[in-house]
Amino acid sequence: MNPFSYQRATGTEQAVHAIQAHGAKFLGGGTNLVDLMKDNVERPTALIDITKLQLAKIEDAPGGGVKIGALVRNSDLASDPRIVRDYPLLSQALLAGASPQLRNMATTGGNLLQRTRCYYFMDTSYGACNKRAPGSGCAAVQGINRIHAILGQTDKGATSGETCIATNPSDMNVALAALGAVIHVQSTRGKRTIPIAEFHRLPGTTPHVDTTLHSDELITAVELPPAKFARNSWYVKVRDRQSYAFALVSVAAGLEMSGGTIKSAGLALGGVAHKPWRVAEAEKALVGATPGVEAYTKAAELAVAGAKGYEHNAFKIEMAKRSVVRALALAANGTRAGAEGVQG
Amino acid sequence: MMDAQENEKGEAMQPMTQLRDRYDGVAKVTGKAKYAGEFSEPFAKDDLVYARMVQSSIPCGTLVAIDRTAAERAPGVLAVLTPFNAPKLNTSKPEPPARRNLSVLEDTEVHYNGQPIAVVVAKTLEQARYAETLLKIKYKAKPAKLELPAKLAKEGRLGEARWPKNPGKEQPSNRRGDLDKGFAAAAVTVDESYVTPIQVHNPMEPHATIAWWEGEKLNLYDSTQYISGVKQAIARALNIPLDDVRVQCPYTGGGFGSKGSMWSHIPLAATAAKVVGKPVKLVLGRTQMFGTVGYRPTTVSRIRLGATADGKLTAVQQDAVMNASVMEDFHEGVAGPAKRLYESRNNLISEKMIDTNLGVGTFMRAPGEAPGTSVLEIAMDELAEKLKMDPVELRLANYAEKDPTSDKPFTSKHLREAYARAAERFGWAKRSATPGQKIEGSNLIGYGMATATYPANRSSAQAVVRILPGGKVWAASGTQELGTGMYTILAQTAAQVFGLDLAKDPTAVEVALGDSKLPKAPVSGGSQSTASVLPAVQAAAQQALLKLSVLAVNDAASPLHGLQTLDLGAKDGKLFHKAKPAHADSFAAIIERNGNQAIEAEGSAEPGQDHSAYSAQSWGAVFAEVAVDRYTFMPYVRRVVGTYDIGTLMNDKTGLNQLMGGIVWGVSFALHEEAHIDPVYGRTVNNNLGEYHVPVNRDIGQIDVTVLNIPDTKFNPLGGRGIGEIGITGAAAAVANAIYNATGKRIREYPITPDKLCSRSLTL
Amino acid sequence: MSIAPCSERQDGELDDMKPGVTEDGELRLTRRSFVQSAGVLAAGVAAGAGKVAEAQAASEVRAGAPRIHAVTVTINGKQQQMSLDTRTTLLDALREHLDLTGSKKGCDHGQCGACTVLVDGRRVNACLTLLATLDGAQVTTIEGLAQGDTLSPVQAAFLHHDGFQCGYCTPGQICSATALIEEQKHGMLSQVSWEKGMAATGRPELSDDEIRERMSGNICRCGAYPNIVAAVRAAAGMGAAASLGSSSRNEVGA
Repeated sequence: MNPFSYQRATGTEQAVHAIQAHGAKFLGGGTNLVDLMKDNVERPTALIDITKLQLAKIEDAPGGGVKIGALVRNSDLASDPRIVRDYPLLSQALLAGASPQLRNMATTGGNLLQRTRCYYFMDTSYGACNKRAPGSGCAAVQGINRIHAILGQTDKGATSGETCIATNPSDMNVALAALGAVIHVQSTRGKRTIPIAEFHRLPGTTPHVDTTLHSDELITAVELPPAKFARNSWYVKVRDRQSYAFALVSVAAGLEMSGGTIKSAGLALGGVAHKPWRVAEAEKALVGATPGVEAYTKAAELAVAGAKGYEHNAFKIEMAKRSVVRALALAANGTRAGAEGVQG
Repeated sequence: MMDAQENEKGEAMQPMTQLRDRYDGVAKVTGKAKYAGEFSEPFAKDDLVYARMVQSSIPCGTLVAIDRTAAERAPGVLAVLTPFNAPKLNTSKPEPPARRNLSVLEDTEVHYNGQPIAVVVAKTLEQARYAETLLKIKYKAKPAKLELPAKLAKEGRLGEARWPKNPGKEQPSNRRGDLDKGFAAAAVTVDESYVTPIQVHNPMEPHATIAWWEGEKLNLYDSTQYISGVKQAIARALNIPLDDVRVQCPYTGGGFGSKGSMWSHIPLAATAAKVVGKPVKLVLGRTQMFGTVGYRPTTVSRIRLGATADGKLTAVQQDAVMNASVMEDFHEGVAGPAKRLYESRNNLISEKMIDTNLGVGTFMRAPGEAPGTSVLEIAMDELAEKLKMDPVELRLANYAEKDPTSDKPFTSKHLREAYARAAERFGWAKRSATPGQKIEGSNLIGYGMATATYPANRSSAQAVVRILPGGKVWAASGTQELGTGMYTILAQTAAQVFGLDLAKDPTAVEVALGDSKLPKAPVSGGSQSTASVLPAVQAAAQQALLKLSVLAVNDAASPLHGLQTLDLGAKDGKLFHKAKPAHADSFAAIIERNGNQAIEAEGSAEPGQDHSAYSAQSWGAVFAEVAVDRYTFMPYVRRVVGTYDIGTLMNDKTGLNQLMGGIVWGVSFALHEEAHIDPVYGRTVNNNLGEYHVPVNRDIGQIDVTVLNIPDTKFNPLGGRGIGEIGITGAAAAVANAIYNATGKRIREYPITPDKLCSRSLTL
Repeated sequence: MSIAPCSERQDGELDDMKPGVTEDGELRLTRRSFVQSAGVLAAGVAAGAGKVAEAQAASEVRAGAPRIHAVTVTINGKQQQMSLDTRTTLLDALREHLDLTGSKKGCDHGQCGACTVLVDGRRVNACLTLLATLDGAQVTTIEGLAQGDTLSPVQAAFLHHDGFQCGYCTPGQICSATALIEEQKHGMLSQVSWEKGMAATGRPELSDDEIRERMSGNICRCGAYPNIVAAVRAAAGMGAAASLGSSSRNEVGA
């Protein structure tokens, strides 16, 4: 870890000014940033600690939604009665991630910025990683790629400076994508909002850039639109352990039911792409359909359309489809009913 | 507490009073137990400095240069050692377990990715970690050997394997009977290949050493399973007299085999301490534990079984290939169970190696038997299915009454009872032989079983016991506490000899271990500490008691004066006349009247004379119930039932806990653990606890462990065999077989992760 | 393995390092040469360190100089004033500077839970918590749970149920369990709460599966999980094992 200066931000305005110093980064819960600093992947020379800013409230948003302060801790958000009641998908996704200790530390804003778990990104001893060292190539395409992307990746070969098959590791982001969240950000230039679908990006030709957030911008809140999926949503996470492991594949599914049919749907996949993978065609296919395996399977096929697997991760295509079916079935069955004994 | 027991001859044995809670329990739950890297004395705390081991980032080649300029100029840096400036150590031939082929900056060759190539010493940990990033390292890379056996098997290239260069006591090949004849006589055969991955021990406490010199004398706090081994190995590496080294380790935060050897960081810490003239602390980062401190090699086994229609094995063959390090062979006896576990007259095994540019492999919990039972017991399950036979019945049909490798009788074997007891507790009768029959919600439920086995080992050990002024007892041996309950059972053994009731006074016996100044004990590995150390403690205690008795009968002031020592018994801190128990004299009083000096005696114990006439082995039966989600393929082990025949259990709490822990390792073997090696860099890509998966609490369902508790006094006078390894054996195969029973999918490559189960065949 | 000759020698300082040949034909150094060469190197090192100190004085803010930050933190009820390198984590501050070694370093990356402590009553990974961020905070470590010689209920339960073996993960497990019991009282949820359809009830009871899930941030490599669950169950006042075999049992004599 290289030396860095530390200061505690006293207000939002002060923070967005302080961040303009060369090499400065905001420090939230630290669960990802400090982790990566220890391994020399992140090398800020100044940390602006924002955890004491007044951004830890969950409040009503105009128009019937909810506004979640960027510093609300993952554990508090997951157990907040309003979130539990109206946005159970978010609560489930948060609780599927990390450990109670990490959730006590991690913030909403920080989770949005969680960096990939690609082995070759996280370990500086590998020479080739376009995300960590732009232009250096990608060791993952010909290496161990079991946890890597099958959708939206850039693959021009191991030596190309554009190749990147990393995935976004967050669970929360997948739920936020399915829920259609909007990110509020602020800088010295003013405030703006970014729809979640545009917040995370695909690697394209610049895989070192994870998001469309500018380096001097502070995330202040995450806004959720009025709840549509409160009764019928589910987060499925497939992983190598029952808990405390990153997803191989995950699915956030929300259904708005009307009579016996699906009125609208939110569907996003995790563990498969550089960003939460939300496919409008798959959601549209569900609209007007009668809940059942047939409709779910159709949506699942659409969700993974165009997927390409590698030596160790080709299984994700089938696994993703099956997880979509499972998530939709559990959502249709009712969130409050739980998962046990639900056949599907 | 245990009732009175009978040994094999039907003689009554004095039960051992058990400590209710672990001897070291309070120290551990309060955080007061100090592990090796946590000491800040007897040296001056402010003198303590920090070393970081720097590792290679290529798998094979030569170090051309290491530019230390920037690192040496970094704040707080005291020294940077590289192969270009470090003092050279003695790197003579390895002698496992203690002495391995190390990387101690002796030359510029790089043999594996992660090899130690420099040491940075600085005043603070932060400074050392920063300075190591400033080293400019130049390599000349050479082509590396990184093809693992599973890859060669797929390409039909296992013929490239070679025999081990220096096999241990188990030979890498064995033949008995006529294999061709055996297969010709078979009505049913199985012929499949099975893969076990590279596994890394990952004890929770990383390897840690504090080294400081007092003139020419070297002191180490070292996290180890073998203080006397480290002492010997470091003395040789540094060419200093054995008596100039002291190694201490009161608690070891787990080892599982990885701390049974002296690895590179220990001599590097000692060298750094000499160079900077200060006490040096060198603690491995978690990532550094993947490769530099051993691992279990990966194996591929082709197993062929032949059996008659009624299930008698007519032929057993296992041809195994494992990876070896180019630096040193480690021979994992994966075919041992195929050779030994069942009656099989026609039997052939081979264990060969493929060289790889990886670190040196080593003993990992139940070396040989853990992977060996994991593969053989799947093959047996496959055979049972082909025979349409109950898997337990198949095992009983091939029950070995004598050791099949030697025809020697066993010291004790009650495996039949173990099968019966475990099957009953599990509810095995409810199993459907046809896979995929039991569905609960979205889960496919399956049952599986396997046999557990591990050899019973014993080595020579020494101990010392003192009866202290005041009447308390001090018992000590240079053994180690790894979580096995060594403090506890050592206290119990001494207490039993002196008739002290630890239930009444848990402090009646004080125990010391983990100091190389104490009498020598073997490595805490191979499930041998109980059987080796306790008889030595018992002997020392008996000698001390005899000395006390002699004092008493010769002491005119004692009520016991003039009696024969044989007439005396000991109870509750007193000697008494067995014929007239009212005539008694307290330990404290006897000692006080006789100079008030501690009475000390040493004791030692060796494996018995008739040891070689018998074969000694532990046994068990393990049953598992799994639930596999038929959408996501996530497998979950709901329940494991194990019954073990391990002789006398010395302490119920610590013993059953350790057996359960072994089963957790079995679940981990079955579902979780695998080090993934990058095919180009030769580095473990998942070199951390986030991505190298070991079970978390949620992964472990109900575990039901019982022991038969039949003393094995032919093995040692206390009747106990070791229990450290056997729990992991069989458990992985029981889980694998249960997954087959649940899903109809036979996975022959561990670990059984969701991706391997994932296919369309389990329809929605 | 043969010893390569030193290819970089400065000022002849390592000239004494000529390998000898022993009776078994292997190259090795004599003891004298090890001690001497280490000594010579030490002298060089000391000289270098002096130069470093000079340079440091000359340019306080040059690259690599640690940044010091002062904090006041209450640890186990005792106020501690510390001025340390900003890179210092809470875990290293406890272990290396305050000699509070009860909190353990297992992975240093938030992947094992051995470093779990309570900060302002919440369980966190001390290895990922920078000390600099804790000015004014209350920290409780394993050393702060017992009242004198009286163990806390969770400590006593771990002891009684033998919820450990090697003991290295134990302080983290106990701190975690201590917080878990409070979290449940405050209606904190887990993924099990959702799976079992209990999340909307507000305060799901601590079933064995809830305990398992909520303790999953603390890895025990010895595998003492069944006993850890039993200990937490007891400490939380949930009574004895609910179902067959969820704790170990021993039947004596065949």
